[in-house]
Amino acid sequence: MLKRTHYLALAGVGLLTLSLLNLPASLQTQVKSAIGASFLPLFGIRAAADNLLDRAGYQVLPRSTLIDNLLRLERENAELRVSTLQGADALAENQRLRSAIGAAPRGPWHLKLARVVGRDPTTWWRTIQVNLGSRDNLKPDQVVMSGAGLVGRISQAGLSHSQVALVGDAECGVAVVVKETRDLGIIKPGQTLSGDGGLVEMTLLQNCPGIMAGQVVLTSGLGGVFPAGLPVGTIVDTRNEDGNVFTTARVRLTANLNRLEEVWVLQP
Amino acid sequence: MNRFTLILLFLVTWLSVFAQTQFSGLRLWLTVPMALSPALICYAALTHGFGITVSLAVLSGLWADSLSASPLGMSVMPLFLLGFTLQLQRHLILRDQGFAQFWIGLGAGAGVPLLTLGILSLTGSQPVTGRFTFIQLLLLGLLNGIACPVLFRIFDLLHRSFDYRPLTTSSFRADRETVRGRQFRLR
Repeated sequence: MLKRTHYLALAGVGLLTLSLLNLPASLQTQVKSAIGASFLPLFGIRAAADNLLDRAGYQVLPRSTLIDNLLRLERENAELRVSTLQGADALAENQRLRSAIGAAPRGPWHLKLARVVGRDPTTWWRTIQVNLGSRDNLKPDQVVMSGAGLVGRISQAGLSHSQVALVGDAECGVAVVVKETRDLGIIKPGQTLSGDGGLVEMTLLQNCPGIMAGQVVLTSGLGGVFPAGLPVGTIVDTRNEDGNVFTTARVRLTANLNRLEEVWVLQP
Repeated sequence: MNRFTLILLFLVTWLSVFAQTQFSGLRLWLTVPMALSPALICYAALTHGFGITVSLAVLSGLWADSLSASPLGMSVMPLFLLGFTLQLQRHLILRDQGFAQFWIGLGAGAGVPLLTLGILSLTGSQPVTGRFTFIQLLLLGLLNGIACPVLFRIFDLLHRSFDYRPLTTSSFRADRETVRGRQFRLR
C-alpha cells in the first residue's frame, strides 16, 4: 500500500531525473564536474599510491639493470634526434610545397602527457578519465594518442580531469583510410562478440574487393577532428553486406585500449 | 541502526562507485566493472528506512553518472525503483536468509543495468551494446548476488560491534520476588 511519503518520493525523484536530463549540455558538464569533484581525494590517493609503488619498484631494481636501461634510452634518444632532424627537414619541405600550391600550412603537434586515472563505471560506454583538464588547456575534440596509435578524443573537459571517448564509442566516430588501397571508411561504434575492446568495426564507403587482412588503417583527416595519417589499426577480416554494396572489416587497434596508463593529448 | 553504520553505508557506496572506475586488470578479467551499487541498495532497502534508501539511491546514481559518459541523472531512476520496490515488499521477503539475499542481489545486479539501458535507448543515446551485453548483465547479476549476502554479514557484524550490546544477565533475583497470595508459602 503506497503512503503519502512514497508518492512524494516518487514525484521528487522523477522530477529531479527529468530536470537533470533536460539540463543544457554545458551546464550538465559543470554539474557533473562539481559532483565528480567529491572523488578528487580518492584520485589523489590513487596517484600517490601509484607513485609509491613505482618508487618501491625502483628501489628493488638492481643497479646493473638501471644502467642497461639508461644506456638503451641514451641510444634511442640519439636515434630519435637524427629522425627528428630528418623529420624537421621533411616538414619544412612539406610547408614550402603546401604554400606553393596554396594549401593551408600544417604545423607540428604539441603533445601533452596525461595519466589515465579511471575508466567508465558502465560497460556500455568506452571512455576513460585523464588527470588533465581545462586548466591545462584541454578542450573538447582534442585528439588523444598513445605511443602505438589513436586512442580517441576529449569528449568532456572538466577543471582538473577530462573524459576521453575511445575509438569505438558512439561519441568517437573516426574517418579512416586503408593505407595500401586508399579506400575510405568509418570506424563505427559496436561491440564484438567477445567484448574485446581491441577490435572495432570499419564500414567502407563502397564495395572494396582489394581490402584484405593485414592492411593498415590510418585516419583520413576527413571530418575535421582527427589529423590525417595517425595509425589506427590493422584489418583482421572482411565481409560484404547489403548485397555486396558495402564492405565491413574488423580492425585490430594498434593502441591497447584495455591497458592504457599514459596518453598524449595533441594540441594545436 | 546507529549513526556510525549509517555513515559507513554511505562511505562504502561512495567507495564502490569509485572502485567501478578502477582495477583495470580485474575488470579485464571479469569483463565487467565491480558495480556493487545494486547490492548496497538492496541492503539499505531491507534493513534501513525509506528516506535512507531513497537518499542512497539518488546519491549513488549521481556519483556514478558524474564519472560516466551517461547523461546526468540516468542511473538515478533504476536504483531508486529498485530501493522503492524492495521497501514496499520487504515484509514478504525472507531478508535474513542467505539464499533470499543472493537471489535479490542477482536480480538487482542484472535488472538495474538493463533498466538503465532501456532508459538510455529511450533518450536517443547510443550505448555500445552487442550480443556480449547479455553475458555481461548475467555476470553483473552474479557479482551482486554473491556480494549481497556478504554485505549483509559485514554490516551486521559492524552493527553489532558498534551498537550497544544487548543485556545478557537478568536483573531478576529470586530472593527478592514478591509472592502474592492469601498465604505466605516458603519455597
